Amino acid sequence: MTRINLRVDQENVSDDVEPRMLLVQYLREKLGKTGTVIGCDTSNCGACTVHLNGRSVKSCNVLAVQADGAVIDTIERLADDDGTLHPVQVAFRECHGLQCGFCTPGMIMQAVDLLNENPSPTEHEVRVGLEGNLCRCTGYHNIVKSVLYAAELMQGASKEGANA
Amino acid sequence: MTAVQDAPAASPEIGRDRRRKEDQRLITGRTRWTDNISLPGMLHMAIVRSPHAHARITGIDLDAADKAINIYDVFDGKKLQDTMGVLVNAWPITPEQQAPTHYPLAVDRVAFAGQPVAVVVARSAAEARDAAELVDIEYDVLPAALDLKEAAEDKVLAHPDLGTNKVAFWQLDSAGQGSGRAIDEVIAEARDGGIVIEREYRQQRLIPAFMEPRSVIVDPTGEQITMWSATQIPHITRFLLAATTGVPESKIRVIAPDVGGGFGGKLQTTPEEWITWAVARWIGKPVKYTETRSESLVSAHHGRDQWQRLTLAATKEGRVTGLKVDLLADMGAYVGVVGGGVPVLGAWMFNAIYKWEAYQFNCTPVLTNKTWVDAYRGAGRPEATYAVERLMDELAVEVGMDPLEIREMNWIKHEEFPFTTVAGMTYDSGNYEAATAKAKEMFGYDALRAEQKERRDRGDRVQLGIGISTFTEMCGLAPSRVLGQLNYGAGGWEHATVRMLPTGKVEVITGASAHGQGHETAFSQIVADRLGVPFEDVEILHGDTQVSHKGLDTYGSRSLVVGGEALVLAADKVIEKAKPLAAHLLEANVEDLEFGNGRYSVRGTDQGMGIAEVALATFAAHNYPEGMEPGIDAESTYDPINFSFPHGTHLCAAEVDTETGQITLRKYVCCDDIGNIINPLIVSGQVHGGIVQGIAQALWEEAVYDDSGTLVSGSFVDYLLPTAADTISFEIDHTTSPSTTNTLGTKGVGEAGTIAATPAVVNAVVDAIRHLGVNDIVMPMTPERVWTALQGGGRGTATVEAAEPHFEGQEDSR
Amino acid sequence: MIPARFDYVAAASVEEALQALSQSDDAKIIAGGQSLLPVLRLRLNAPELLVDIGRIDSLRGVREDGDALVIGALTTHSDIVTDDLVRRHALLLSKAAAEVADNQIRHRGTFGGSCAHADPAGDMGSAALAMDAEFVIAGAGGTRTVPAADFFVDLFETALGEDEILTEIRVPKKTGWGAHYEKFVRVAHQWPIVAVAATVNASGGTINEAKVALTNMGSTPLRASATEAALSGATATEDGVRAAADQAGEGTNPPSDLNGAADYRRHLATVLTRRAVLAAAGA
Repeated sequence: MTRINLRVDQENVSDDVEPRMLLVQYLREKLGKTGTVIGCDTSNCGACTVHLNGRSVKSCNVLAVQADGAVIDTIERLADDDGTLHPVQVAFRECHGLQCGFCTPGMIMQAVDLLNENPSPTEHEVRVGLEGNLCRCTGYHNIVKSVLYAAELMQGASKEGANA
Repeated sequence: MTAVQDAPAASPEIGRDRRRKEDQRLITGRTRWTDNISLPGMLHMAIVRSPHAHARITGIDLDAADKAINIYDVFDGKKLQDTMGVLVNAWPITPEQQAPTHYPLAVDRVAFAGQPVAVVVARSAAEARDAAELVDIEYDVLPAALDLKEAAEDKVLAHPDLGTNKVAFWQLDSAGQGSGRAIDEVIAEARDGGIVIEREYRQQRLIPAFMEPRSVIVDPTGEQITMWSATQIPHITRFLLAATTGVPESKIRVIAPDVGGGFGGKLQTTPEEWITWAVARWIGKPVKYTETRSESLVSAHHGRDQWQRLTLAATKEGRVTGLKVDLLADMGAYVGVVGGGVPVLGAWMFNAIYKWEAYQFNCTPVLTNKTWVDAYRGAGRPEATYAVERLMDELAVEVGMDPLEIREMNWIKHEEFPFTTVAGMTYDSGNYEAATAKAKEMFGYDALRAEQKERRDRGDRVQLGIGISTFTEMCGLAPSRVLGQLNYGAGGWEHATVRMLPTGKVEVITGASAHGQGHETAFSQIVADRLGVPFEDVEILHGDTQVSHKGLDTYGSRSLVVGGEALVLAADKVIEKAKPLAAHLLEANVEDLEFGNGRYSVRGTDQGMGIAEVALATFAAHNYPEGMEPGIDAESTYDPINFSFPHGTHLCAAEVDTETGQITLRKYVCCDDIGNIINPLIVSGQVHGGIVQGIAQALWEEAVYDDSGTLVSGSFVDYLLPTAADTISFEIDHTTSPSTTNTLGTKGVGEAGTIAATPAVVNAVVDAIRHLGVNDIVMPMTPERVWTALQGGGRGTATVEAAEPHFEGQEDSR
Repeated sequence: MIPARFDYVAAASVEEALQALSQSDDAKIIAGGQSLLPVLRLRLNAPELLVDIGRIDSLRGVREDGDALVIGALTTHSDIVTDDLVRRHALLLSKAAAEVADNQIRHRGTFGGSCAHADPAGDMGSAALAMDAEFVIAGAGGTRTVPAADFFVDLFETALGEDEILTEIRVPKKTGWGAHYEKFVRVAHQWPIVAVAATVNASGGTINEAKVALTNMGSTPLRASATEAALSGATATEDGVRAAADQAGEGTNPPSDLNGAADYRRHLATVLTRRAVLAAAGA
């Protein structure tokens, strides 16, 4: 067992874990954060995407011990404390960017990372930016639309902020 | 005018692009996937699977595993033989059908690589997996039937005891059933001065690859044994658990919580469910099994996998007179719950939207030593549509006509509906002319044809092709009597209950079992309109047999056209049931009441009361008429009177890099006619997703086996699902010919895109390079196959049956 | 999905890591872990000990050292994509790194880890080879430097010894050279079926010097030497580079698998080489 200390979704947590425990298993099994899901075993699908120190990673492809000391953000704390949704969440609902919803946590977390890096992407940039996330329901059409719409929402919000 | 009548009518919910009720929990991670559920004292199961395609089990040593840390128990097939039940085929397509007994855990022989042979139950999933590696199984390897055509010749038997690999022979013959002429006659006529086109097409083996891996939990500690399962069919599962394991149905509760996609792949009763059931009951504690993706790809059923031998007869002008279809359909090692019925569903679809004189469909499902094959999105209909839409393009070339014109020459005109086809189905409504005209306009058909010619003339490195697919399909499985005639093991009805709560809110129970479709939203819209209550006040309950005791679940684009109609009938019953009470309270005659916008009004007066008030009065039951019970809830079981037949025109422009064989999608438009639309947003999602699955069959996906029967494309590294970066945005639109077979006028849309898209893409690619001597490319059209075809190497080489070793050979690396 | 049990040491320094390695016969180094963890999850390998070098900060980052860039082995792909020094002096590495796997993997995966893993379908190996990179290796007896041509030995095999650690990659500056990484896949999340790394010094429409290496055309990254030689002095046009590119498949031994037979890959190598060189030359 190895002791790890992390900050997950704005809470400090500490546990003894087996070194072989994957970050995604730690989130799901130790912390009960089942919002992050496992879709494959080869790191292709991206359903388990979370943010590690502010950047998107596939949490099935990180050991919990490797994340010792890190800040982890998951889908479960993307909305504000008062329940106000993140613009990317708003956009996914507004544009029907999900159907079964299994890929959605990873898709949203990757979209947030993408927009952090590139606040006004082209359709092509969105498509390439999501190449690490598989969806079987939507054909990606409305996911891409959602991310482009989220970019608009976030730009609008930042403009409003600047004007205030 | 009274005040009541002056109130603006609530805007109708049907037809609105309501945002989905389901989304809030899904976008915030507040979901209940089966694998998210954890019960006190729950144990975890790991499965040891056969590495061999066909072998006799000569010894199983479970001792080492049993002694491992935190192991509760270990099982092989012999130990569970009396308690695990069997997995059944619910659709024996002929009375003589030959199907092997399918034990959930192999007893003495394995028939495909990946078949469960032993299980280990431990306190944690990790420990179960550790101990599973200690199970030692000895096999005596047997010859395996792997190639479909060879298997059909019984060269090697997949199940030696059966004496044959052929499950059954099923035929539909237009002369035999009186729906048309004899096929041999029209082919003979065509050979004499007409056109005969003979082709053999391959429908490769696909894997549904729903995103949520299957998971099951069985809790045997309650009065009812509860199973949570990532399934499309909780009701059928409950029935079959009772039927095969001897537990009374009343003691079984099956719950399908949030289910992450199915596409037919979760239309199955699975070995994993049945084993977990048996093991949990044996141990007496809750047991969970969640598959890995690799396990899912090798053990959840596959789809398609057919060889299609086709003979099309036409006049020299291009009028099709008949089609003969000979299908070989690979069932894999066992006949699944729908099994041979899947290819048979294609029987009524090969004639598609066309008017022919003769038609014959012959189908032989065949057993092989590979993963079993069952329903995958479209189930029989994509295969049929592919064949006929490819053939129509070939015919157009033969006649020298535009492929759209040849279709128009042969299709059913809109004024001819209802139309009884050569296969014997009566199409309710449609307008192929209108959908095609709209699609053509959206596509910019003439401009793209001009560009194609220009590039061809210039000898451009990148050639452009246009692919057409004018498809129809049959939705709304199905009238129960029809299913009975086909030996299907169940009916085709659907059930709904509408419960009026005292506060005026409405609980609706449906027997449909959504796994991503958005039923909670669309069904709320239907009920809100019918009862005149706010959309937000309707709660849809489903997927738990304790709440929804009766239903036939979700598959075959049936939920709206059958389940939706049951909702309408149940809601109407509520309105009728509440009427005497409303009249009583309003001190009026029942005959003088009318219902609209959620209110009962006394005709010719300004008196009235809302249905919510009636619900509260019913709850209080202080004052209700003699002879009436104080209850206005209602239920309905709707049995459809016919299938519905949506259709559409899909147009695809694809570019082919003649140097590399790489295919790039340039443009894709479609105009579907799915009857009346409840929620256009949800419909668009179904169409987009369906199209990409159809495109993926054309371009990327294939389950490939090596010559020892190992699934080579056994992970997402080798089974290629497209990403956002590989696909394009689509332009979709609709024409509307309301269905005449249900009151909502809906037709079903769940499978349309998948059925239509595959031939559109293949037709586009072949069209791009036909002038270079190519008239077919085997799916998936890999760049290598396209390039080989361009080198004059035929329609494509067989896939090399090997994966790259990205995750192997690691021992010596640093 | 759950790796077999292993012991774990998070090394604070190269010395600590070397020490840990020396104490096990069956240890593996983990850096970003993006190639290793799938292997462990699928239980295709089950080392006794995992030595985590991911916390050794001195192995991270890019610096100049005279005519060379020195890139720490732990520098992530995404850092290489955006690093100013790399973009100025070793553009090819930036271009290739941008094509590695996907965003999430690039955030964790490291240049050193990718090279040490030595998957012949890995993108960074051929880019490093084309750049004439040198691999700095630390061992018990100090450090040694191995040129890329000698570093990649075979399928998943490098010049790294059992008890050694790759610490840095030294890359001769090719300031002002154009570069392109042409990757051929069926779907975006695949390893390349074939890819070509090319960096070109061109002026006035003429190629002065070109460096070309091939991905997944043999058991290691391969140098297209004949092509390089033939490109010297060629005109940067389709016709000008065609003959040179057509030699790209010579002497290669590509795999045959689901995505294509060897012959097809050899053909692809010629087409992709032509395209990569032209793109690198800005033509």
